Amino acid sequence: MSENRIRVLVAKPGLDGHDRGAKVIARALRDAGMEVIYTGLRQTPEQIVAAAIQEDVDVVAMSLLSGAHNHLFPRVVELLKKKNAEDVLVIGGGIIPEEDIPYLKEKGISEIFTPGTYTGSVVEYIRNNIKRKL
Amino acid sequence: MLEKEKLQKIRKSEDNWEKETVQEALAKFKERQEAFSYKSDDFLLDRIYTPLALRNLDYERDIGFPGEYPFTRGVQPTMYRGKLWTMRQYAGFGTAEESNRRYKYLLEKGQTGLSVAFDLPTQIGYDSDDPFAEGEVGRVGVAIDSLADMEVLFKDIPLDKVSTSMTINAPAAILLAMYIVMAEKQGVRIEQLRGTIQNDILKEYAARGTYIFPPKPSMRLITNIFEYCSRNMPKWNSISVSGYHIREAGATAVQELAFTIANGIAYVEAAIKAGMDVDDFAGRISFFFNAHNDLLEEVAKFRAARKIWAKIMRERFEAKNPRSWKLRFHTQTAGSTLTAQQPDNNIVRVTIQTLAAVFGGTQSLHTNSRDEALALPSEESARLALRTQQIVAYESGITEIVDPLAGSYYIERLTLEIEERVNAYIKKIDAMGGAVRAIENGYIQKEIADSAYTYQKEIEAGKRIVVGVNKFQEEEETTMEGLLRVDPAVGEEQVKRLLKLKESRDNVAVQNKLADLRKAAQGEENLMPYILEAVRLYATEGEICNVLREVFGKYRPVEIL
Amino acid sequence: MELVQRARQGDYRALARLITLVENEEPEAVEALQELYPYTGKAQVIGITGPPGSGKSTLTDKLVKELRRDNKKVAIVAVDPTSPFTGGAILGDRIRMSDLNLDEGVYIRSMGTRGSLGGLSAATSAVIKILDACNFEYIIIETVGVGQSEIDIVKMADTTLVVMVPGLGDDIQAIKAGILEIGDLFIVNKADRDGANRVVYELKMMLELKSEKSAWEPPVLMAISDQNIGIKEIADKIKEHFNYLVESNYLEIKRRDRLEKEILSIVSMKIYQQIVRKIKREGKLKEYLDALMKKELDPYKLVKQIFAEMKDN
Repeated sequence: MSENRIRVLVAKPGLDGHDRGAKVIARALRDAGMEVIYTGLRQTPEQIVAAAIQEDVDVVAMSLLSGAHNHLFPRVVELLKKKNAEDVLVIGGGIIPEEDIPYLKEKGISEIFTPGTYTGSVVEYIRNNIKRKL
Repeated sequence: MLEKEKLQKIRKSEDNWEKETVQEALAKFKERQEAFSYKSDDFLLDRIYTPLALRNLDYERDIGFPGEYPFTRGVQPTMYRGKLWTMRQYAGFGTAEESNRRYKYLLEKGQTGLSVAFDLPTQIGYDSDDPFAEGEVGRVGVAIDSLADMEVLFKDIPLDKVSTSMTINAPAAILLAMYIVMAEKQGVRIEQLRGTIQNDILKEYAARGTYIFPPKPSMRLITNIFEYCSRNMPKWNSISVSGYHIREAGATAVQELAFTIANGIAYVEAAIKAGMDVDDFAGRISFFFNAHNDLLEEVAKFRAARKIWAKIMRERFEAKNPRSWKLRFHTQTAGSTLTAQQPDNNIVRVTIQTLAAVFGGTQSLHTNSRDEALALPSEESARLALRTQQIVAYESGITEIVDPLAGSYYIERLTLEIEERVNAYIKKIDAMGGAVRAIENGYIQKEIADSAYTYQKEIEAGKRIVVGVNKFQEEEETTMEGLLRVDPAVGEEQVKRLLKLKESRDNVAVQNKLADLRKAAQGEENLMPYILEAVRLYATEGEICNVLREVFGKYRPVEIL
Repeated sequence: MELVQRARQGDYRALARLITLVENEEPEAVEALQELYPYTGKAQVIGITGPPGSGKSTLTDKLVKELRRDNKKVAIVAVDPTSPFTGGAILGDRIRMSDLNLDEGVYIRSMGTRGSLGGLSAATSAVIKILDACNFEYIIIETVGVGQSEIDIVKMADTTLVVMVPGLGDDIQAIKAGILEIGDLFIVNKADRDGANRVVYELKMMLELKSEKSAWEPPVLMAISDQNIGIKEIADKIKEHFNYLVESNYLEIKRRDRLEKEILSIVSMKIYQQIVRKIKREGKLKEYLDALMKKELDPYKLVKQIFAEMKDN
């Protein structure tokens, strides 16, 4: 009678205070039956990774609109690796120019969702790409 | 004929029209939808509006004349026939030099006021060399660490002629102090300074996120600024109570007004509690609203806002000076309506939103650039956005008459309905103990988040059409060329400059001033004079904020999702 | 089990995985718990409950910082309700504890109630055992004290804090009598608000009227968590309460009692699961229901029959 739920850490790295997207995604994932741990604003990569490990999440979903993504997103992937948590799926969203996406993917962010993305496609992406078996 | 008889006659004719003309048409041709509404606020819309919609309206009482109570038609008697709105584009990025260059460019292109965007470390009270600032220096605005940066930012800009708006909240007192000292050094006297400091912490807790201190000391800093400005800066707006970010975070038009005005009430109450007379500061309160896509709803919103505020100031706070009753506001077009898909479509959206602001009687306006869903605006996009305002101002003809939409059955009806709904919200918030409490309890945040989620679900269900996103999409998206990129080296450059400053100033004197400030913060004095002293000696923003953080503590957010 | 060893050596990733196994009711969970059981019994389990908006998470955050002064390891389990419709949940209590993320001696875990019958308290009790065996000296269980299941969780604590706050409407009247019974410490948080004194007074009155009295008289303390006021006093009282429990031998009684309930609950859960599995396996449920609807069979006879069949197996 095992009862598995996808657990997602929705995180706001950096100083950016725009959390409309993060909150909408958090609700959409909840309504899709997932357990969402929301970190709130102003999290350092270290804090995000510590939370991801302690909560044993399957996914870290970050939202950032301040333009600091090239700096902050890869840092989270790096730290996860250091903690032997490569099996956590890392995705990002926000105002992210097209030309930055290849770099971010190369750094281990699996997918980047830009403005206009349907929450439904994020849900679907997570379901199809989770690295850990449920 | 008596008024009543006239209305009865119209009602009869309308009934006939419904039964005959409309039904006949509907038999051949159904309407596009079963019902029509402004989805944001569930206003169920009638097919047409007639004089019947205005039956409870009294012209003199509810609409009146421009420049007269209750100001529904505008705060100035002649409005744009006298003076156009201030065209004020929010700008700033990278170092102070770069931003200074952009300001001069915009002024040269015909912009009439400046609006400074600060980077996030500046907005949250961290110097550029703070670990928290890593990766964020100069990103969403200009990095200002000390008076030295402020001096560069406004180099060769005539501050006695140009008005400046500064989007700074939690550390507003510090940046205002830097501006005052910088102007003084330029030879401009404090009483000549014109402009606005945003200084609105409540909407930071509720929607925008750049808070530092808990509500109580934050409200103290705000009233300190009120008091200082009322004595020394007669042309300066000491606060810009902002609905803009509340709307951007997902609120509806009614919520935008309701929460903003509730915040405004909280500031007035705080200042009165601190011993000020309402007429000493109320005239320097300004507002900042969002202009969204629903053109007519927005126009009605702006008209309702003026009326609601006037009544509150006159009746609730018993302000005597008519200046205190006037709601003057800046507008920015809605960033959240811009799409990353087919970015040129955004130019059209911004035009509609500009019309809303101008029909609504705004005092100043920022128009967004088409590329803002992708990056910070490029110079070319920013110019196009400014041109949009200029075309509306000089070519559309709508500026030749004051409040041209007044008297429209529909606009007046909607203005009334918005007023009623806003007042219901305010009543509810009052019952909770006011806006501060409502924010501490997470009520306002939850209301906003609920609306944001509903909005998104409507788009995904196709109930709300966004051209290029859920209808009329292109197979291949054209990529925008020439997006602005902030040089990642900006951070290092800024840190170097800061370290050099710390070496060259009189550090003992700085420490002494910071110690004085700490003592004052522990007591109950107005902190503005202490901050001015520290700033003058090039104490940095981070140093000053650290002292205040130690005394005041940090705010902990409440999120009920 | 390798996971158990790593977890006991302080590897948070292993610990977190163990908790997931329990939450997901994986078969390995039982094995792990068996291995961990001998190491349990040292921690003080602290329950914190109170209505939404009472500032529990901020209080927890500050309290943990205070408890950490003695360099003792602290674990926090924050329980939030799961949506009964979608099975999803937003667990937001970490927001107010994010300073604690980087403290190596603190572990925070958010749990959804997941709504399975009796499953929540079973899972929570297993999670407490894991944390206890992994050398956490304080284990804090935080829940919104509204429903019966939350009260059940709090009953697993050695020391229970009930957090109140002025100005949430009907105040005291709104608290369930049940909460009054389970509190060992009462905290009036946000005590700088108007009406704090009244809440303290009313709480004291109600505690006076309590029928059952014990040697421990629950104190009513004031706190302003976000300014760190009153936190040390709370920490001291928590320690004092534990000493009282140990010295009065009440701790042993309490824990024995809890074990009894737990065993009975696990047994009944097991039986329930077996029977449900059997019925599902045989695919007879529809048949039974048809017979019941047609009155060819009555429920009581059916139950007897099912139990008889179980015994035969």
